[in-house]
Amino acid sequence: MNYLTSLGALPLLGALLIFTLPKSKSNSAKWLALATSIAVAFLGVLIALRFEIDRPGFQFVENYSWIPSFGINYSLGIDGIALVLILMSVILVPIVIVAGWHESEGGRWGSKTFYILILILETMMIGVFAATDVFLFYVFFEAMLVPVYFLIGGYGVGERAAAAVKFLLYSLFGGLLMLAAIIGIYVISGHQGGHTFDIEKLSQLTIDSTTQNFLFLGFFIAFAIKAPLWPLHTWLPDAAKSATPGTSVLLLGVLDKVGTFGMIRYCIKLFPESSKTFTPIIIVLALISILYGAFLAIGQKDIKGLIAFTSISHFGFITMGIFAMTTQGHSGATLYMVNHGFSTAALFLVAGWISKRRGSSTIADFGGLQRVTPVLAWTFFIAGLSSLALPGLSSFVSEFLVLVGTYTRYPVAAVIGTLGIVLAALYILIPVQKALHGPITPGNENLTDITRRERIAIAPVIAVIIFLGFYPKPLLDVINPASVATLTAAGFSDPAPTVGGK
Amino acid sequence: MSDTPVLQYSFLAPILIVLGGAVIGVLLEAFAAAKRRAVLQLTLTLGTLFIAFLSLLRIRNLTSAKAAMGSVMIDGPTILMQGTILLIAFFAVMIIGDVDNFTAQASAVPGSDEEKSALQAGRQQTEIFPLTLFAVAGMLLFPAANDLVTLFVALEVLSLPLYLMAGLSRHRRLFSQEAALKYFLLGAYASAFFLFGAAFLYGFSYSVTLSGIHAAVIGGTANNIFLLIGLTFISLGLLFKVGAVPFHAWTPDVYQGAPTPITGFMAAATKVAAFGAMLRIYYVTFAEANWNWRPILTVIAIATMLVGSIVAITQRDIKRMLAYSSIAHAGFLFTGVIALNKAGLAATLFYLLAYGFATIGAFGVITLVRDSSGEITDLNRWAGLGRRSPKIAALFSFFLFAFAGIPLTSGFIGKFAIFTAAYESGNIGVVVVGVLSSAIAAFFYIRVIVMMYFADDNGDSLTVVIPSPLTSIAIWVSGGVTLVLGVYPTPVLNAINTLATFIR
Repeated sequence: MNYLTSLGALPLLGALLIFTLPKSKSNSAKWLALATSIAVAFLGVLIALRFEIDRPGFQFVENYSWIPSFGINYSLGIDGIALVLILMSVILVPIVIVAGWHESEGGRWGSKTFYILILILETMMIGVFAATDVFLFYVFFEAMLVPVYFLIGGYGVGERAAAAVKFLLYSLFGGLLMLAAIIGIYVISGHQGGHTFDIEKLSQLTIDSTTQNFLFLGFFIAFAIKAPLWPLHTWLPDAAKSATPGTSVLLLGVLDKVGTFGMIRYCIKLFPESSKTFTPIIIVLALISILYGAFLAIGQKDIKGLIAFTSISHFGFITMGIFAMTTQGHSGATLYMVNHGFSTAALFLVAGWISKRRGSSTIADFGGLQRVTPVLAWTFFIAGLSSLALPGLSSFVSEFLVLVGTYTRYPVAAVIGTLGIVLAALYILIPVQKALHGPITPGNENLTDITRRERIAIAPVIAVIIFLGFYPKPLLDVINPASVATLTAAGFSDPAPTVGGK
Repeated sequence: MSDTPVLQYSFLAPILIVLGGAVIGVLLEAFAAAKRRAVLQLTLTLGTLFIAFLSLLRIRNLTSAKAAMGSVMIDGPTILMQGTILLIAFFAVMIIGDVDNFTAQASAVPGSDEEKSALQAGRQQTEIFPLTLFAVAGMLLFPAANDLVTLFVALEVLSLPLYLMAGLSRHRRLFSQEAALKYFLLGAYASAFFLFGAAFLYGFSYSVTLSGIHAAVIGGTANNIFLLIGLTFISLGLLFKVGAVPFHAWTPDVYQGAPTPITGFMAAATKVAAFGAMLRIYYVTFAEANWNWRPILTVIAIATMLVGSIVAITQRDIKRMLAYSSIAHAGFLFTGVIALNKAGLAATLFYLLAYGFATIGAFGVITLVRDSSGEITDLNRWAGLGRRSPKIAALFSFFLFAFAGIPLTSGFIGKFAIFTAAYESGNIGVVVVGVLSSAIAAFFYIRVIVMMYFADDNGDSLTVVIPSPLTSIAIWVSGGVTLVLGVYPTPVLNAINTLATFIR
């Protein structure tokens, strides 16, 4: 059975069904979208259960010829890293749909279009992580911009059109640079035994270092725009402020992970030598992102902007973990991607609910929420604590792994990175204090507390955050072999531990 | 004693059928009743194109055939280009079939009583159809021409009707006539340059056949100055036709002034014909002299991509914007020409097909957006179109995505193929410029989408008018082709790869 194709096709099928519904049935569109996404999530879990941890290489491999005259195949396959990211995506989609049950109603178009776009996006997200043909990956990578563009521009708030255009142009620019690099490596493969886009075959090529550096940059810049790394991050706060909370969750939680995922899967795997050459610069950029994101988060007045900037800081950690080139760093970074997905989801969803009730997303407008809406306030607090990596919550494990993994190779960077944790406490706790505690700001007295629908949406997220905080082993067991395999294939080995300065 | 010329009618059949149809069309114009003229002409034109396409299919498996005493070369690329032109023309005619776009009486002075009475009495002249067929015949011959004289004749046969057609717009007639005059004058200069170049090439090689000139090029003993002069001026004539920088100045004015269905036809089909001829000349005749032309064409390709993309940003009229976009696309096509390898030839052929259909579709959509005074091409007035006509706006967005080269559209596969060919030939600089100008170009395509979907409805009186089912068929088929070529281009690519070899 073609598990991955089925997984990807299912949301598309749902979208098609919704398309055939009459316009008036916007409620059935919602339920249909929810049912589809839950079915996809179950299939995703089923795939995860059938995943064999000890088997090296890609699993659930599918391979069909697509455009033979260019050696392009429709080939899918997942390793541990891809598996956890797909799993995170398919779990987040139904949560987003439940959480934003009324999100689609303030849009330029009806609910039908909203859910069609969400489901198409889900197909693209699954495809982008599952593709093992570079061309196919690129197709998903670029095509997924279109639904997001319409989701931001059509259903967002404020300067939504401008934010959507900025997002699209930044991403297209990066994507086109990557296209040039893809063409480059494809042509080189033609000189060395036949044109191919197969990731495994491409990683066997011998490329001279100058060319390799340019090709690496083509890929890396595209991914650095996606995962936003300073100084290519400016689109993200705008997009996050304008998009609906649900879209923001998918944007920051899943789409941006394509960038960090691509760094592991494509940059390091295809261009190990250049990865080594550029590591110092990238580590510095990652550090700047960590600190810059944190400082700007502290200064944010808008709660959505705050979450966006904390994400820039977190993506700095992830990038640092990846380019530390140690197995701990890699595993930590991958786990971080998952954890960031869930904790950002919690933050955005709760922030979205609060802002909707208050009619404003400015932090100063809140205050004393803990007395008016205690459950919402506590949920936000837990999500915040996870974001600042409190031990016992999921992000702690990954942040710790990233720092340890970085320390073994780049101790100075790790120490500076640790500052980010201190700042994280500031950027989370200050708004928590302002918004949740203190006297009730006028206008907040009559806010209603969490509804049943919202409880259903947020409960699994919080559960995952706490569960992974105490017991991340199942995920790490899946991720570790893939991290080791990536690094070994690229020729990196962990620095030997030294004992007592001998 | 002289030999009777052997024409090989079966090889020439597509061209001859189209010419025959055009002549019958002229007679029809003279003798058919005014009431039924439009329908008869439309049927005749579509039928002619269809039969010509069938006769082209019959000769598709020829490996090599010279016809008309070696003046016409029917090889794989010819078949592909003729097929592309016929297909594009077929759907373009469906859109042209809405005769409301054209002046009722071309000979009447704009704004005169004569014009008004012709319009009121419904005395619609339909010379547009035979003119289209004549132009198509010239286009079919142009990429097949195997000597300079035939090439020139084909160039004139395709150009003269186009000059006229550009002036036939019903709305804003003066504007349209100005465009036609501009096009004619500049086109005449270009033709003259072309002839001048041809004369020098004759001086260089003592031959007007492409194979004769090629022999002189490899012989290497002939006068190289003559070769350079001839090559320069012949190229100039061709560069003018495709609107390459710095010979692009006519494009925006003519695209804007001409009736929109004609603009679409011109943009799509003329490009195929002109690039077809250019490919033959550069790949077959002057391949060995590539040091003389490739560097210059590389510069022209880069300039064309950049100027087209950058200037398009400042345009507020949708037809002008697409005109500059077509200049940028000509630049992308040049990267395929200068690749000078089989991949480049195949990629250019695919790109022409993909671009042709997207162009027909996009201009087809523009003809539909109207208010009481006619077509609306001012971009600002398109605001909110996405709400009023979601389907048409979505289709237009899809064409724009294809122009921008977003995956799952034909434009993406085309761009990928053409940049790959350029990279393969070692011309990496051109690839980088191409990629950058694609990024610039994305900006103005997306701006139209923003306008249609995200700008607030300004309560304009503009509506989408579907004049006839034929127009709908044409634009939706174009959309379908654009999608299929983007999702599963394999059959088309295979056909192109089997056929794309020039015969000398």
